[in-house]
Amino acid sequence: MRIETYFARPELDGRSGGLAARLERRLVRPLSLRIVDVILTDFPVPRPLAEELFRDPVVERVAELPAPQEPGLGPWDWLVEIAFKPGVTDTLALTAREAFAIGLGAPLSESATVQTARLYVLALPAETGERGVLKGLYPDRAAVEAAFAPLWNPLIQVATFLSRREWEAGARLPDLYPTVSIADPAEPELIDLVAMDDVSLARLSSERLLALSIPEMRAIRAYYERPETQAARAAAGLPREATDVELEMLAQTWSEHCKHKIFNAEIEYEERVAPGEEPRRELIRSLFKTYIRATTEELAPSRPDLLSVFTDNAGVFRFDEEYVVCMKAETHNSPSALDPYGGAITGIVGVNRDILGTGIGAAPLFNTDVLCFAPPSTPDEEVPAGLIKPRELLAGVHRGIVDGGNQSGIPCAAGAFVFDESFMGKPLVFCGTGGIMPARINDRPSWEKTVRPGDLAVMLGGRIGKDGIHGATFSSLALDESSPVTAVQIGDPIIQKRMSDFLLEARDAGLYAGITDNGAGGLSSSLGEMAGESGGARIDLAACPRKYPGLSPWEVLVSESQERMSLAVPPDKRDAFMALARRRGVEASVVGEFTDSGWVEIFDGTRPVGLLALAFLHTGLPTMSLRAVWCAQARPAVPLSPRESWNDELLAVLADPDIASKEPLVRYYDHEVKAISVEKPFTGCYRDAPSDGGVVKPRYDSYRGLTVTHGIAPRLSAEDPAAMALAAVDEAYRAHIALGGDPDRAVALDNFCWPDPVESPENPDGAQKLGGLVRACRALREACLAYGLPLVSGKDSMKNDATAGGRRISVKPTLLVTVVGITGDVRKTPSTDFLGAGELLYLVGEGGGWELGCSVLERVLAARSSAHLRGEDARRARASFSLGAAPRARPRQHAPTYRALARAISGRAARSVHDLSDGGLAVALAESCLGGRLGAEVRLDGLAEDIAESSAERGLGPTELAARLLFSEVPGRLLVAVRAEDRERFERSMSGEPCRLIGKTSVEARLRATLAGKALIDLGLDALERAFKTPIV
Amino acid sequence: MEPKAIIVAGNGINSDAELAEAFRLAGAAPERVHLADLVAEPERILRARLLGFPGGFSYGDHLGSGQVLALLCRRALKAALMRFVDEGGLVIGICNGFQALAKMGMLPNRGPAEGREAWEREVSLIHNAEAHYVDKWVPVRFESASRCVWTRGLEPRHLPIRHGEGRFVARDAATLAALESGGFVALRYGFNGASGAAPGAAPGAALSPDNPNGSEADIAGICDATGRVFGLMPHPEASLVPENHPDRRRPHHEPTGLDLFERGVAAARDAL
Repeated sequence: MRIETYFARPELDGRSGGLAARLERRLVRPLSLRIVDVILTDFPVPRPLAEELFRDPVVERVAELPAPQEPGLGPWDWLVEIAFKPGVTDTLALTAREAFAIGLGAPLSESATVQTARLYVLALPAETGERGVLKGLYPDRAAVEAAFAPLWNPLIQVATFLSRREWEAGARLPDLYPTVSIADPAEPELIDLVAMDDVSLARLSSERLLALSIPEMRAIRAYYERPETQAARAAAGLPREATDVELEMLAQTWSEHCKHKIFNAEIEYEERVAPGEEPRRELIRSLFKTYIRATTEELAPSRPDLLSVFTDNAGVFRFDEEYVVCMKAETHNSPSALDPYGGAITGIVGVNRDILGTGIGAAPLFNTDVLCFAPPSTPDEEVPAGLIKPRELLAGVHRGIVDGGNQSGIPCAAGAFVFDESFMGKPLVFCGTGGIMPARINDRPSWEKTVRPGDLAVMLGGRIGKDGIHGATFSSLALDESSPVTAVQIGDPIIQKRMSDFLLEARDAGLYAGITDNGAGGLSSSLGEMAGESGGARIDLAACPRKYPGLSPWEVLVSESQERMSLAVPPDKRDAFMALARRRGVEASVVGEFTDSGWVEIFDGTRPVGLLALAFLHTGLPTMSLRAVWCAQARPAVPLSPRESWNDELLAVLADPDIASKEPLVRYYDHEVKAISVEKPFTGCYRDAPSDGGVVKPRYDSYRGLTVTHGIAPRLSAEDPAAMALAAVDEAYRAHIALGGDPDRAVALDNFCWPDPVESPENPDGAQKLGGLVRACRALREACLAYGLPLVSGKDSMKNDATAGGRRISVKPTLLVTVVGITGDVRKTPSTDFLGAGELLYLVGEGGGWELGCSVLERVLAARSSAHLRGEDARRARASFSLGAAPRARPRQHAPTYRALARAISGRAARSVHDLSDGGLAVALAESCLGGRLGAEVRLDGLAEDIAESSAERGLGPTELAARLLFSEVPGRLLVAVRAEDRERFERSMSGEPCRLIGKTSVEARLRATLAGKALIDLGLDALERAFKTPIV
Repeated sequence: MEPKAIIVAGNGINSDAELAEAFRLAGAAPERVHLADLVAEPERILRARLLGFPGGFSYGDHLGSGQVLALLCRRALKAALMRFVDEGGLVIGICNGFQALAKMGMLPNRGPAEGREAWEREVSLIHNAEAHYVDKWVPVRFESASRCVWTRGLEPRHLPIRHGEGRFVARDAATLAALESGGFVALRYGFNGASGAAPGAAPGAALSPDNPNGSEADIAGICDATGRVFGLMPHPEASLVPENHPDRRRPHHEPTGLDLFERGVAAARDAL
């Protein structure tokens, strides 16, 4: 039956107003929209119970007639109902089941069906032709369907459209939507690998979506050829052939996602920095070991605060004597490209689980999110068919981040939105979580866990369905039209919150010994990994609870159904563990036992379905061999036309989506829950100026804080991923300093998102992309060593390409650097906004150059220069427009400057600090002025003299000079405001470091920047504010 | 002697740690108790003097904010809760906790005073007028004429709000007028009352520009007939130290949210 509730007074349903306005823009105006929430059951529900469970009697009605006939809903023309496809997680329905359980005093039977849907009741103007936009046209089915298209995702949902006429002809909305019905699962399949040649191996890998290469398939074949393999199989009652369970487990464990094969590959690298130069050749044995692990190892002796790195879900380091913290960031790009909402929410709850599974289990403390899209203003005709429009992607991902973070009760501490056309094919969705735990729990170091032979393997959390099958291998493939629907999962933050509350309680009671999360690869990855600790495992797939019958054993093993963790529970704790889980409403199942047999033994009940040697599973993967080249490409500069004033350019740069205020989006994030927030995303007297990052105060009884900052600079990759990586590290570390962070107590996370760097016929420039990766890794190492920043965890996503409309779209090589650091006393945490008039303004740090290449100014001028073109022509013109070389951070030069500034901040000599990033000095000034609603009077002559002295930029004309001073995005610089009485103290702190007095704050609400007596910028704060608050969506 | 405070936790509630800390700083002895444990042993409530329903997303707010938590409390805890209040206990519900108290009917619960049925649902907190979640610090002022024992004499200040369903509505104009004239309104959005939100103002009267969600009469929090049961949408427990305040670097004279809890704890002591 259908239980339909709706607002008695339409004006109180805030949801329908905004939506109606959006539909009016797409359809006809004025229209009226009513929303009906629908619960569908396959059992009768007495009306009083339905009212008690689902109605808010103050404002809502439960329909007595079928909703479309309710007088209270008024006349209508179209019904649109959106429901979930079978098997897709319906979080509302799960809660409705709980409500029934409370209302009925007993849980619903497993076979009872509860579903939810949302019904939109749409009334069009009676005289559409006269008043409507579509003059003379009554919106037909196609128009209504098009108008509702952004409201649902055909991959996971179904929509029913019914016109008035169809209703009158007897058509009705479903009483129940189809449920999952799967024929009995196929018998485990046997695959005779030994008999296969390379062609058959390749076909097998591609047909089963194993994403394994020929050498990898050969290694597996060789494993089955070994006599000891065959002897063990015979003894275990398994056939000679491989089972599908074994192949799938190998494919998951060996996936790029889990094994980082590219980062561990042997790379023949060839580099030509200048044309005609003899190439330099080098053999790199593993990017990870050479540039990432080695960096941390080199720094480790001077960093006793590092407690656990590269061994666990997330790196762990010391917060203070009593607490340790950890941090992890992940990407969820491919799922978000298919289902932006579900992909993003799953990204957040997934990385939360990484933290819950770090050490013996840390509590999530804060989230971060950095989201990269094509500009939302991209005209529809420039979006290739088959891709979701950037603004819809942004809206869906944003909604997922909001629900995922807010409902989990984890504050969003920091993040960013970054826009670039290259993110049209795949958006980048970086989700990070920081966690905290006591340094000792039950008298053991909390960052250690144990899995001992004899411990029970326990699966905790949600049930297993077809969701997310092949997620790990899928993310290792490029997107195309045949991407499997089952790759999408939808996380449920509430189920996970319940699980995480339970876990922390069980942890403190010492009820388990080892823990890891179920992410990519599901149980095959988590139990496989834990088996590595004890030396083996016996798993019974029949003991794993399922959402519905009909799953094959291999599907149970690799499913990525959400909200699950795997634990090792000592046998003597079993009863207490299970009892607490029951009391907390968390499903826990013993699914096997850890052993020291050296084998992973897999059963379906009593029947053996798989047997793999642990050593082969974890170390049998052959090393990949790859070729990388790098040829530097010059970016010849377009000359700038002379101009007197740069006001228009500053306003255009402020309105660029990378710079313009994201406050309307960020206000949807909860950044106050837990009461730990100090520096918030927006600051200043009207809380509308951007801060440099987040500062939280994790302990209620201490002023010690954590800074959380990001660096990301994909635009620079147009010239050189090394410049991009240097800038990313520098920006994140510099922001840590700007927030008062301790220069010696920060750690970094590296998240690489690359276009496919493996050369192939479909990917002819793969070697150059890999060459870029080599350069980025080297640059990362150089910067981290200079700043003393150990890399404590990271992740790579290497297939960020999409083919759509006959075009291959690859992301610009992107490295996100997240820095987490300690700040000794949050009472001293500065911010970006100016605090008082008459304060002295300093530009701290020198870039070493004042390049304009790859800047926001370049992008703004490129758009202007191609404004007369359309489509592909415009795109090409924009891509070839250049203001010359890209800037490059010089970490060894910057490091002592940052150290000096940190001293000044700690001595309270620096009042306001803002890092210079997108838009350069002009934008930093504008933002700090806006924050304090104060003006600034700046003379650029001193800086011009500095430029004149630098050999690289000698002899610039006045136009070039002005553009550089105002808009160069050279890393390494900060804007600092100092009270006049602190001048001497500040300058003493900075002595010997580049630091130039450039002007003063003023009460007059204007920003003026002059050079040789002429005003380059002269704008009122109101104009700056309007430009900065240009809506990006 | 520190009065005992029970902070309800579990099933999606997420602001329990900071609410417990606020009570601790205010001089109470807080204990976080999982809903399941309260349902198993409702009389546990009677051993405390204060009871806090924190913010969060109980049951995901999937069927309406606080709806399922309210259902559970009505079914499993009603007798204990009624006795707790009768015996002088104090209750605070913040954000999702306020939504739950309203949907239980524990607020405004004019019944006992006016000879009506106890726990009648008369007010609700519905989708914000702008229909989305919002996190920001908003100015609030406390009603000096309110019966609420938690807010007596409190100075106006900024407090954070973080909700998508905080729009206060009464069943009808008469209910709103009765809440106004009966001193049930404890706090409103905005520093001054020049917004047309005078006592008894008709619904639809002009709202304060600081009203973040379209709440009728700018109402941000109400109490029950005893003045001891109190619900509010803003989060005083997220303003524990001056460093939480967005104006932390500027001179201002706003207190944190702690004095509100101190009032509650003092009232709990007095009632002993």
